[in-house]
This record gives sequence, structure tokens and C-alpha cells, in this order.
Amino acid sequence: MKPNPHTVKEQLLSALPKKSARKRAEQIVVNERRPDGSVPEIKANVRTTPGAITQRGCTYAGCKGVVIGPTRDILSITHGPIGCGFYSWLTRRNQTRPEGPDDANYIPYCLSTDMQDEQIVFGGEKKLRAAIEEAYELFHPKAIAIFSTCPVGLIGDDVHAVARDMKEKLGINVFGFSCEGYKGVSQSAGHHIANNQLFRHVVGTNETPRPEKFKINLLGEYNIGGDAFVIEDLLERCGITLVSTFSGNSTYDAFANSHMADLNTVMCHRSINYVAEMMEKKFGIPWIKVNFVGAEGTAKSLRHIAQYFNDAELTERVEKVISDEMTDVLKTQFAVRSRCEGKTAMLFVGGSRAHHYQMLFAEMGMKTVAAGYEFAHRDDYEGRRVLPSIKVDADSRNIEQLEVLPDETRYMPRRGPDELVQLEAAGMDVAAYQGMMPEMEDGALVIDDIYHFETERLLEIYKPDIFCAGIKEKYAVQKAGIPCKQLHSYDYGGPYAGFRGAINFYNEIDRMVNTKIWQYVQAPWETEEELEVEELAS
Amino acid sequence: MRKVAIYGKGGIGKSTTTQNTVAALAEMGKKVMVVGCDPKADSTRLLLGGLAQKTVLDTLREEGEDVDLADIRLRGFGDTYCTESGGPEPGVGCAGRGIITSINLLEQLGAYQESENLDYVFYDVLGDVVCGGFAMPIREGKAQEIYIVCSGEMMAMYAANNICKGIVKFANAGGVRLGGLICNSRKVDNEREMIEELAIQLGTQMIHFVPRDNDVQRAEINRKTVIDWKSDAPQADEYRKLARAIDANQKFVIPKPLTMDTLEHLLMDYGLAA
Repeated sequence: MKPNPHTVKEQLLSALPKKSARKRAEQIVVNERRPDGSVPEIKANVRTTPGAITQRGCTYAGCKGVVIGPTRDILSITHGPIGCGFYSWLTRRNQTRPEGPDDANYIPYCLSTDMQDEQIVFGGEKKLRAAIEEAYELFHPKAIAIFSTCPVGLIGDDVHAVARDMKEKLGINVFGFSCEGYKGVSQSAGHHIANNQLFRHVVGTNETPRPEKFKINLLGEYNIGGDAFVIEDLLERCGITLVSTFSGNSTYDAFANSHMADLNTVMCHRSINYVAEMMEKKFGIPWIKVNFVGAEGTAKSLRHIAQYFNDAELTERVEKVISDEMTDVLKTQFAVRSRCEGKTAMLFVGGSRAHHYQMLFAEMGMKTVAAGYEFAHRDDYEGRRVLPSIKVDADSRNIEQLEVLPDETRYMPRRGPDELVQLEAAGMDVAAYQGMMPEMEDGALVIDDIYHFETERLLEIYKPDIFCAGIKEKYAVQKAGIPCKQLHSYDYGGPYAGFRGAINFYNEIDRMVNTKIWQYVQAPWETEEELEVEELAS
Repeated sequence: MRKVAIYGKGGIGKSTTTQNTVAALAEMGKKVMVVGCDPKADSTRLLLGGLAQKTVLDTLREEGEDVDLADIRLRGFGDTYCTESGGPEPGVGCAGRGIITSINLLEQLGAYQESENLDYVFYDVLGDVVCGGFAMPIREGKAQEIYIVCSGEMMAMYAANNICKGIVKFANAGGVRLGGLICNSRKVDNEREMIEELAIQLGTQMIHFVPRDNDVQRAEINRKTVIDWKSDAPQADEYRKLARAIDANQKFVIPKPLTMDTLEHLLMDYGLAA
């Protein structure tokens, strides 16, 4: 029998003390699509209740691990004790492909200042300088990024002053991030900090003109499991030039030159919308929301790009690529549907992923019964239309908000206001994101920053056929007899983007939901006879 | 061995009072060690005759792990042992963490062992209890008794009350107790009565009233304690009295910090009565 989501909500809240439950209730919402297109309000981007086991990560992880880390030729140095650097090293399976043997790739390296007691007591700036000099001597990189960990903020090392000095001394770009882990309520703060510094120190520093006709940037695509390679291939076949990707399979020079593009396309709205907005303000480059996860989304995104450039030849090429690819896609869809139709999924992950992958499940005939983000804000759930009504709390005010003005010489609106209105009327999300909830069914549960207790209850109550999350949840889910797909790292799989990725995903999920193996998992106490108290006493 | 920590507002005379009292205890035949817990490292200067000794943290930094007790502990006036924690220059690093490291190292090196035959260890701690590191001497039983140096000036009394809040916090966990207030006179009106009353309200005692006397400054110019510089000076006897009072002290309490209102009333009552 289908569980009643309102009753489920009450069950989830019943474990919390009264005051916490009252606050938490605003983060658990039963979805409802109203006639005017709006959805119920959900509370997001707020502190986790102390004591709850959260999925969230830290600000350092968001800045270094998510946004900057995937760039192969920015040398990343973690300023802090060794653990922060080590545990953020290669964990997301971001792939990269240097163009030649001389093209730098620092992703396999993990650099840290390895702070010790002495640096905590006497300050770590000297050791940081030495580390930068040593790294420069070893690698001669184009740019060095310094990431602050918690103790750096506590003892007050000025990483930005060190960066300025070293930039002058070495003659390369050196910039720092005040991304101490304790800042903000989740890794979301780290994304914002990364966006700010990329914009301030890198974007627009390389003026090499780009002669191509259809130039775009792809923002918020991190090349997990090779996703970016698939998208790059599609764009190339369509004749669309990808100036830069933030930041999957990316390079420093591409970031520096990215203001030469005529359109920004945004994948992960949560982690990168700041750069998109700032580039529009400073250079006049419009942005649209795209989604290359799911065959339908991919086709729609390509068509929107073609529509934006309004070129008959481009449109024709795009349609050709789509139809070429769709044959195989539909064939696989048809095959898996017979086995997957009607099965249920739950997605609790990321700040966009929990939304995007619902499309793939829908294409397989599967239903998303509950979903939520780890670190998203209200606009990622309800759409950017709610931006004016989002209350900016003290935690968010702690994160710097850059004031951006049109560049005196380089501001050049790529499309006039009327043209943008027309594109919008044609169904394009111009500087807009509709959010996850308007695309979910009525009655689906939406839970922000899901707590582990709630995860376990949902598994018990709904018994979904698959649960999508990250490494922290994976094994608990499997022990509950349910397969778990990691959507941060794709486990060992991928790519899942574009048409080819969709086919991979269909096959992978088909395999996972139709195996019985996890149902055979039993804990020892479930099979062994219980000992009676008397027996124990004797 | 009695482990004593001296706290009080910055500039109130903690280091001067501590060293003069320690000199008097040494004169009484007591074996005393002084541990300066201030990055400025000026807590043992008078006992060492102006000698700036190498701090624990500097030594640790230069020698690595291979540190010997003799490297960081010098003999001062009256066979006292003198040690300075040291710490970062102003504006960098974390001095509190430095004190934690330093005290742990002293423990590991056996500075507090029975075989050292110490009667007293004095911790002279920078300023107020500003953060966890500076509370180290009163945490985990590292110091058992605390004396707060204060005067009749409002900010000194305010700081004393604040320190009492810190003591309450650690008294329940670590067993530390307040031994009394030391009034280092600033010649404020009704000062003795006011501090006596403050002590009563806090549930403790004013263990001694040290009058203001420029002999203290004269001795300091000569890099000595008053007892060392001019043994027959009246001020030397004041420190001897303080040392005897501490040595004989039996009254150790968990203080009852005052509310801001009560503290201000106290000031008004005694200040206006003049």
C-alpha cells in the first residue's frame, strides 16, 4: 500500500524534541503543484539540528573539492594539518585529459603545508611561503591556489597577503581562499567562496580573441566519471565551441579566457550560479539553465543553445546529432522499461543532482517517491522566482557577496533585452532555474538535509527499489537490503551525461534494481536464535 | 607540592607580585618553581636578575623533540626554578595553544615529579582568561589553587569577577579552588574595604593588601625583587606577610561570581562613601 506522506512526515518528526521538531517540520514538505505553477515553501540552507547525523560536508570541501579541484593545471595547496588535504584528494572521481605530454596535470598530486603544533602556536605563514616556493620550483605551474582549513582561520594566518607577495615574487597567478571548514551551514558556502575568487583573480585575465561563431561556457559540470567528455563530444559534433568548463576537464587559461564566450550554460545551479550572474553583470554574457543529464534534457539543452544562436545550419546539425543518438537511446529505454517500469527511487544528494537524475529515472519508467538536497537553497527547490523572498540569515551574511559593475571597456550585452524576452517566451530558462519541486509529482516527499534517522525510516516505510546518495550513506542503505547508487562519485561507473551516458545509466540501474542480492542480506541476529535470559544466567 | 595559579587583569602587577611572593617563600626555605604563561616571557626576570631565558616553545622549535629540562629551567633567586612558556610574537599564531604545548612538555620532562622536591609551582598567567589555552593551568588539576590580583579600580574588579566565572566552570570538573584576592593597591578611595567586601561577596577572602610603594619600581629597575634588592625595606615585609598568608591558607572555595548589577552597586556604595 502506498504510504501517506503526511503520516510519514509526522513519524519522522516524532523522534525530535518539540522545538527542534517545529523547526524541522519546515524542511520536510509534501509536494504539491498548484495551478499558478507555485509549490509549497521549503526551508533550506539552514543549520543542521545538533546531534543529527547529516550528509553535509564542509566549506573547504565545497571550495577545494568541488569547484576548484577538478581543474588540472591550477596547483592546489591545502594550508592546514595533513588530513584535510589527504581526504579531499581524488575522492570525487573527477577526470581530466591533458592535451599533450607537455600539458600540466596536477590532479594526481596532493599538496599540503602539513601544519604542526609549531605552526599553530607561532603562525603558519612562513611555512606556507616555503611550500609555495617549493611547489613552484617543482612544477612551475601557471597558477597556485591556497585553501584555508579551520585552524588557519582560528590563528589568523593571512593567506591573501602571502598570495599577493608570492604572486609578485614568482610572476605567476597566486590566490587564496578563506574557505575554513566551519564557515556557513554546509559546503554551499565553499562554492560561493570559490566562485568569488575565480571571478576576482582569473576570469577575464586572458584577452586572446576567439574567432569561432558559436561560443559557450559550460558552468557547474565537474566531469565525474567522464561526463564532460561526453558533452564535449556532443558539442563538437554540433559545431558549438566550448570555451571553458567550470571546472570538469578544465584549465586555467580557459577560465581566464572564458569572457570571450557569448553564452553561459549552467548545469549545477547551486554551485556555480554566482559566476554566471557576475559574468552577465560585468561582461554582458547571458546565461541559461541546461541539463545534460537525461536524453530528453540533453536534447532540449542542445536545441536551446541552437535557438539562442539562431542559425539554420547549427540547428540542422543539432537535430542531426540528436536523431543519430536517439536511436540507441530509445532501444535501450525500451529494453529496460519492461523490467524497471513502476519501480521506485529516492534521491538525497548534492544541490542539483537529486533533481537532474530524476529525469533519467523517469525515462526508464521509474518513479521518484522522495528526494532532497544536501546543501541547496530554496531557489533550487522552488525555482529562482522565490529569490526575492529568501531570508538572508546571519550564516549567509558571513559569506562575502561581491559587488559587480559592468566593465568599462569590455561590457558588451550579447543579446538585447527584447531578444532575451523572446527566448524566454520560446521556453528557454534565461537567467532562470525552475527548481526541483515543480517537476516532482504531487504527494512526493521533499526533505532538505535529510538526517540519517530519517533515511532509515524512509527505507523501512517505502522500501524503494533504489536509493541514491553518497559514500556516507551507501553501506547503511545496502544493509537495509536496498541497492545504493552513489551520485557524487558514480561508484565505479559513468559517464551518465548526454545520450551515451543515459544508456550507461539505464543499464546500470536496470542491473541494480533487478538483482535480488541485497534482499538476502541479513544481520547475524536476524538468523541466529535468541538466547534466553535463563540460559545466559546459567 | 602545591600548585598555584595567579590571574588578574592585564597590567595589575601579577608578575611583580608573583616574583616577590616567590622570593619570600624561597627565603622561608621553600622550594618553588615559577612557570611564566605569557608570550612576552617576562614572568621570571626579577628572579633571574634580568636574564632573558630561552622559552620552552623557542627551545622546542629549535631543538625539535630533543629537549632537556636543563635547557628550559634556570635557577633564580633563592634556588627557585624559573621557566618561561613563551609564545608567538603579537598578532600571529595561537598563544593559548602554546601554553598547552609548553605545560604538557614540562610534565613529560618530569618537572613536577616527586624527585624534584618542589613545595610550590606558581603559574603566572597572562591577563584575563581569554580562551581555552590560557585556562590550561586551571584545567585538569594542573593548578589547584588560584589567587586573583586586583585593585579597587572598576576594570580590575570586573576582570576578577570574570575570572571567578572561569574558575566555577573548571571547579566542577577539575577540582580547582579560589584561595583569595590579592589587593595590589592603586590608592583608590576605600580600596581595602571595597576589596574585602568584594571578597566576602565572592565567598572568598582578601588574603593580603599590598600597599603601593615605589620601592617596587626601584627594585625592578635593578632587575630584582624587593626582597633581593633591599631586604629590610617595609615593602619586603609586605610580601613576606603575603607569602606566609598563602603558606598558611586553609580557605579554598568555589567562588560565587557577582551579577553586573551587584558589582556596580558595590562600586557605588564604596566609591560614593568616600
